[in-house]
Amino acid sequence: MSSVASVHSLWTAAAGAPGRIPAPRIEYVQLSPTLIILGAAIVGVLIEAFLPRRSRYYAQVLLSVVALAAAFAAVIGLAAGGFGSSKAHLAAMGAIAVDGPALFLQGTILLVSLIAVFTFAERRLDPVAHGKRVDSFAAQAAAVPGGEAEQAAVKAGFTTTEVFPVLLFAVGGMLIFPSANDLLTLFIALEVFSLPLYILCALARRQRLLSQESAVKYFLLGAFSSAFLLFGVALLYGYAGTVSYAGIAEVISDGARQVDPALAGTMGNDVLLLIGGALVLMGLLFKVGAVPFHMWTPDVYQGAPTPVTGFMAAATKVAAFGALLRLLYVVLPGMRWDWRPVMWGVAILTMLGGAVLAITQTDIKRLLAYSSIAHAGFILAGVIAASQDGISSVLFYLAAYSFVTLGAFAVVTLVRDAGGEATHLSKWAGLGRRSPLVAAVFAVFLLAFAGIPLTSGFAGKFAVFKAAAESGAGWLVVVGVISSAIAAFFYIRVIVLMFFSEPKADGPTVAVPSVLTSTAIAVGVAATLVLGLAPQYFLDLAGHAGIFIR
Amino acid sequence: MNPVYYLYLAALLFTIGAAGVLIRRNAIVVFMCIELMLNACNLAFVTFSRMHGNLDGQIIAFFTMVVAAAEVVVGLAIIVSIFRTRHSASVDDASLMKL
Repeated sequence: MSSVASVHSLWTAAAGAPGRIPAPRIEYVQLSPTLIILGAAIVGVLIEAFLPRRSRYYAQVLLSVVALAAAFAAVIGLAAGGFGSSKAHLAAMGAIAVDGPALFLQGTILLVSLIAVFTFAERRLDPVAHGKRVDSFAAQAAAVPGGEAEQAAVKAGFTTTEVFPVLLFAVGGMLIFPSANDLLTLFIALEVFSLPLYILCALARRQRLLSQESAVKYFLLGAFSSAFLLFGVALLYGYAGTVSYAGIAEVISDGARQVDPALAGTMGNDVLLLIGGALVLMGLLFKVGAVPFHMWTPDVYQGAPTPVTGFMAAATKVAAFGALLRLLYVVLPGMRWDWRPVMWGVAILTMLGGAVLAITQTDIKRLLAYSSIAHAGFILAGVIAASQDGISSVLFYLAAYSFVTLGAFAVVTLVRDAGGEATHLSKWAGLGRRSPLVAAVFAVFLLAFAGIPLTSGFAGKFAVFKAAAESGAGWLVVVGVISSAIAAFFYIRVIVLMFFSEPKADGPTVAVPSVLTSTAIAVGVAATLVLGLAPQYFLDLAGHAGIFIR
Repeated sequence: MNPVYYLYLAALLFTIGAAGVLIRRNAIVVFMCIELMLNACNLAFVTFSRMHGNLDGQIIAFFTMVVAAAEVVVGLAIIVSIFRTRHSASVDDASLMKL
């Protein structure tokens, strides 16, 4: 075939003397938040190798906190330097975008992770084992549950301090995910943050069978979905001949240009674009936890150690929605009329599905998992707006939601009985009489989830629905309000259960946490109230951050 | 030979892998099917790379291989740990949590 021969000449020409390959230009300062986190993660691995066991915990906690704080300072520095607005820039040869949404989401992820580290490091909740304080992670993850090796490890007071570097690796991937500016970086970032999360899920100290089961489910389904994402990337590469976001967007918007006859079959072929775009979206919607890709969420949230669940529910959602926004607004705006109806359907299914399924739940962690699915639907309503208000409302909602989630899961770690955390809802009956403060704090979080005015949930929902309504998605907002009402029912039901029913005689005890978990919960409450009472400053911040660079 | 045939092969392999994930019950086999899907992606990348006459696709294939290797490390660790606990790698047995 002649067309094939013409392609061949491209290769034979390249077979001559190889030219010098120019070194890529890397803007280290602009990438510093990610580099600090990944560097600290590697130092954390070295600490595991070289420090004696008794000092590892303190070294790891200190390292993680310092690294996350330093990376946050770097993000603030970049934002103050104008990289969020006028100096927005494509760094690392166009692979990573440094712009408003990226910096806003990176800052949110870093703050959330900093608080998550506090809950990871908590050592006052589990009873002292053989004279040593222990956290909520397995003594030795490789030991068979209930076996001799595990008993020996518990007796020796081992703890899995590896969770801190593993957490930092996950955070590193999450920082790249919303700022990835080509599809290869997107895929690598997805794997870099997913693989550590699979491991973290398997590390619970109590109920290790549940924990391992959740890890296996998360791993198999996560790998399955990332294979779909990768095939979508392959098809988009076939469509455009490049994986950079700007390059693909150019080919989409410039459909009528001349193409090389050798490439007529693939380049600019709409079938490749539609299938590829759909597969990539599918991979991202899986991470977001949108119906019909939500199956993993309740099982993984229930089985994973609760500090990990809180981190995952908050930070993964922020990162994945950031990537989804950038994909839809930078790569596929030319296909708006194709993806909007599909996303309408997904958003409606997600809002209603999450809210309705949550009603039947009897486990507090599963209930919060279904509530997170419903919230993913509300955020999708803002994504669909396809306007600048849509971007900034989603950014605000993500920031508000992540702190509430982290705080709520931190409260869940406090309510305990002999088997560890008492997550069954019947155990929570009468908690308000037994421990008014904890129940009141949890009630604040539930009211924020329900979107009651004066909490951050209301401000976020209002912003998202307003953006959706202004873009002509009125019916979507109606469905959103209806599902908010359904969701409010089961949040209020938990509050009623806590305050207006008699405590049982063999009910759970509320553990007194150390300053670490207390800080996490206090920050959650403070963020809920501040973002609810005076949201304007933060709405402005998100509004200024709402422009993607291309 | 027309390179489009390789795309058909890639799509076919990907479909076989996806069907295997949904049908098979052994976690190891499910995992192998996922690897098959990743390799189908690689084939598609390399084919597109040749059709477009640029090297991006071939470089991405190397990245995919590294990712697949990392996934094996994590995945096998998790599957082996659950196998040692339950003496079974069937995904049907892992059903402590239900709707």
